Amino acid sequence: MTSQTSESKVHKTYLEEDMGRKGIFKWILSTDHKRIALLYLYSMMVWFTVGVVLGLLMKLELIAPGKTLMGPQAYNATFTVHGVIMIFLIVIPGLPAVFGNFLLPIQIGAKDVAFPRLNLFSWYIYVLGSILVIISLFGNGPPDTGWTFYAPYSFKTGTNMLPAALGAFVLGFSSILTGLNFIVTIHRMRAPGMTWMKMPLFPWSIYGTAWIQLLATPIVGITLLMVAGERILGIGFFDPAKGGDPLLYQHLFWIYSHPAVYIMILPAMGAISEIIPTFTRKTIFGYKAIVISTLAIAFVGYFVWAHHMFTSGMSGTALFTFSILTFLVAIPSAIKVFNWITTMHKGSISTEVPFQWAASFIFIFMIGGLTGLVLGALATDVHLHDTAFVVAHFHFIVFGGVGFAFFGAIHYWFPVIYGRMYDNSWARTGWIVFFIGFVTLYGPMFYLGMKGMPRRYFDYLEEFHGPNIISTFGALVMITGLVIIVTNLIKSARSGPIAPHNPWGGTNLEWRIKSPPSLENFDEIPVIDKATYKFD
Amino acid sequence: MYTAVPQEASNFVAGVDLAFMVILGISAFFLIGLTVVMIVFIHKYRKDKHPKAVQNEGSTKLEIIWTAVPLVLVLVMFYFGWMGWRPMKNPPDEAMHVTAIARMWNFQFQYENGKTSDTLYVPLNEPVILDLVALDVLHSLYIPAFRVKEDMVPGQDKVMWFIPGSPGEFDLFCTEYCGLEHSYMITSVIVMPKEEFDAWVLDTTAVEGPAAGADVSLADQGWEVLRKNGCNACHSQDGSKLVGPSYLGGWGNTRTVVTGRDEREVAMDEEYVMRSIYEPNADVVKGYNKGLMLSYEGMVSEEEVKLIVEYLKELNE
Ligand code: HEC
Ligand SMILES: [Cu+2]
Repeated sequence: MTSQTSESKVHKTYLEEDMGRKGIFKWILSTDHKRIALLYLYSMMVWFTVGVVLGLLMKLELIAPGKTLMGPQAYNATFTVHGVIMIFLIVIPGLPAVFGNFLLPIQIGAKDVAFPRLNLFSWYIYVLGSILVIISLFGNGPPDTGWTFYAPYSFKTGTNMLPAALGAFVLGFSSILTGLNFIVTIHRMRAPGMTWMKMPLFPWSIYGTAWIQLLATPIVGITLLMVAGERILGIGFFDPAKGGDPLLYQHLFWIYSHPAVYIMILPAMGAISEIIPTFTRKTIFGYKAIVISTLAIAFVGYFVWAHHMFTSGMSGTALFTFSILTFLVAIPSAIKVFNWITTMHKGSISTEVPFQWAASFIFIFMIGGLTGLVLGALATDVHLHDTAFVVAHFHFIVFGGVGFAFFGAIHYWFPVIYGRMYDNSWARTGWIVFFIGFVTLYGPMFYLGMKGMPRRYFDYLEEFHGPNIISTFGALVMITGLVIIVTNLIKSARSGPIAPHNPWGGTNLEWRIKSPPSLENFDEIPVIDKATYKFD
Repeated sequence: MYTAVPQEASNFVAGVDLAFMVILGISAFFLIGLTVVMIVFIHKYRKDKHPKAVQNEGSTKLEIIWTAVPLVLVLVMFYFGWMGWRPMKNPPDEAMHVTAIARMWNFQFQYENGKTSDTLYVPLNEPVILDLVALDVLHSLYIPAFRVKEDMVPGQDKVMWFIPGSPGEFDLFCTEYCGLEHSYMITSVIVMPKEEFDAWVLDTTAVEGPAAGADVSLADQGWEVLRKNGCNACHSQDGSKLVGPSYLGGWGNTRTVVTGRDEREVAMDEEYVMRSIYEPNADVVKGYNKGLMLSYEGMVSEEEVKLIVEYLKELNE
């Protein structure tokens, strides 16, 4: 006990350093990147709970044909709000805002991001966006347009789609400012000696992501403003009755929302690229190839948006081009998978919990990616577009990919963030239950889509019944897993055993400083003289 | 292949399913292969079996190989996807045309001789071109067994085509989300031999459902008009509020309607009903949304409106 108190005099962690503020102000006025990361983490946990409950309600509704729980209006609102929350409030900000904020400065040897106050301001914008989303639930009833707000239905519905769209608009600014902050931080604040090619892969992935945030998000901003103009003033950009074009809306929407998928998945890949070397005790295989593929994804990802519109009636040339580009963007992802698996070759592998998440991420991500190829090809996409297959595919990527990486990341960096350890056996149990539930939930939806069950269906024909029962059952299992995982983490954050220094033997800077870090991370800015991922 | 549907259900099935086989085959090979390799590595190089990792920074040769091989494979996939799809874009010059009209939340099919039907009847082995018309919002016409789907966009003339290859009844869905009753926007395609089809299409007198005979009351005939035109998706019989007001409690009572920016009270009489059906957005019932109900001018005749009125009268007696 005495030794601990004397040590904490020397090392005051960011959690203890309150700058003389009291209660909640310790958090909401702090410009420390680590506290801001946790602000995002906690706000997202609240939203995630809501989103999961909505998802469960939908699955329960779909357990049998006909009405089981709610009517069609409630169902349509449920999938809309579920989508808005999960996409705009969770997976887009997700890894960049939480782990990017917490780790980026530390991993490049900086004391904070370039603009700490702007960083806190971004979180406030996030909260404002959240409030708008909450407002949309009242009044004329929650929006029922789907998270895509497709015209012209979104201008005809009597429900409250405008606040939700404005919420997404506002959240976009949070994203843009965070991206800007990260780009400047990476360019200007790397520690002496940390050349680009010595930078760890997670900051690299955040770098690629930040550029997408900065360049693509303004487009959705303008689009949503046009939606507002359309709905309030009846301008007619997208209304065919006034000479507008509904397809214009789809183009604008996907020009942002497709790259947004890479905002979600790139940092997830970055986290996996950190976890695998640590637990294989091996330097990452093909560091350069992974860096190049990150940038390639960020770049080519801009040019594939129209593969969401293969049945909307574009010209044959457009379809040809977008289909082929979609196939090309698969290559860098494949390269990453090959490099990850090869890193395991002749390693010395300890299958700790974060590693299990990472390995299962690879499996789930492969399914998500490979089913994406079926959707990228024209003939097969025509059959599968707007069916349950698409829903399964993007849940494998967006929830599977991002989710598995997120849980991997939080189990990996938990000792850095809280200075404590979680209960290993509960963590393992949670992981396996979640994994089984996940596959059981989304697997059958591939089959349903193949058989032709359209998506966003409140009710369905008897021929689709069987797989829907399995899927709902999977949802229950998966949520059990989630509850186990989250309970374990929350409990451990408050009262888990104190973690030893660098429990996994990681090589990045975050493992070389004391955990949890002090307010300024480093007593002295480190000088980097060798590449990271060196295990001897 | 995966849907218990004959391969010859339409002229596109073979090409599309070939693309499925190629893409899913290659994908399955990689998924299983890579997963097995990963599990073998994890098992073989466990810490207790293999305490010292052998460092390896990478290999340019390997990177080139695993860039080039997938590149070739995805181009192969692309090719089959393209080949399976191309014929869908090239409808023949000579074919029977059917106009498919989508509105919230039903399909209506109009034949060249003016016959209409809410089920799509087509002749076996004859090319059919559907002219796609959406009246209100986006819809999408999808026949899984035929492997065809095309969005229906208001204000855009689009077509889809196919040659049905086996007789029978197949599902037809709307797959573009279109509001409240989207999941009920389903009907079927009935493929019948040419002679049978010809007989069906020429018989313009037959009305589906209870025939308009002397023994059917006017109110019942009115109900039939409402049913046939899909009004009941938005209007209920029992007083519950759907997208539009219920039939119950309407007739004879006054309501507040919004005309432009003015509000006024009107009683429901025959003239009001007629205006509601032909110019639904002129007076909008307060509390409901403009633009949802479309004009039925040309689809519901004045005689039919009179039948609807009879039905409303009887319901509210
Ligand atoms: C897409 C949904 C929809 C369909 C389909 C629809 N309506 Fe309507 N209807 C509405 C809405 C919404 C209103 C209220 C707004 C208005 O007055 O335009 C309405 C209003 C009416 C009114 C006035 C009701 C009153 O209480 O004042 C009548 C009469 C009516 N509809 C008849 C019909 C008939 C007949 C059909 C079929 C031929 C039909 N509607 C199809 C949505 C629909
Ligand atoms: Cu529809």
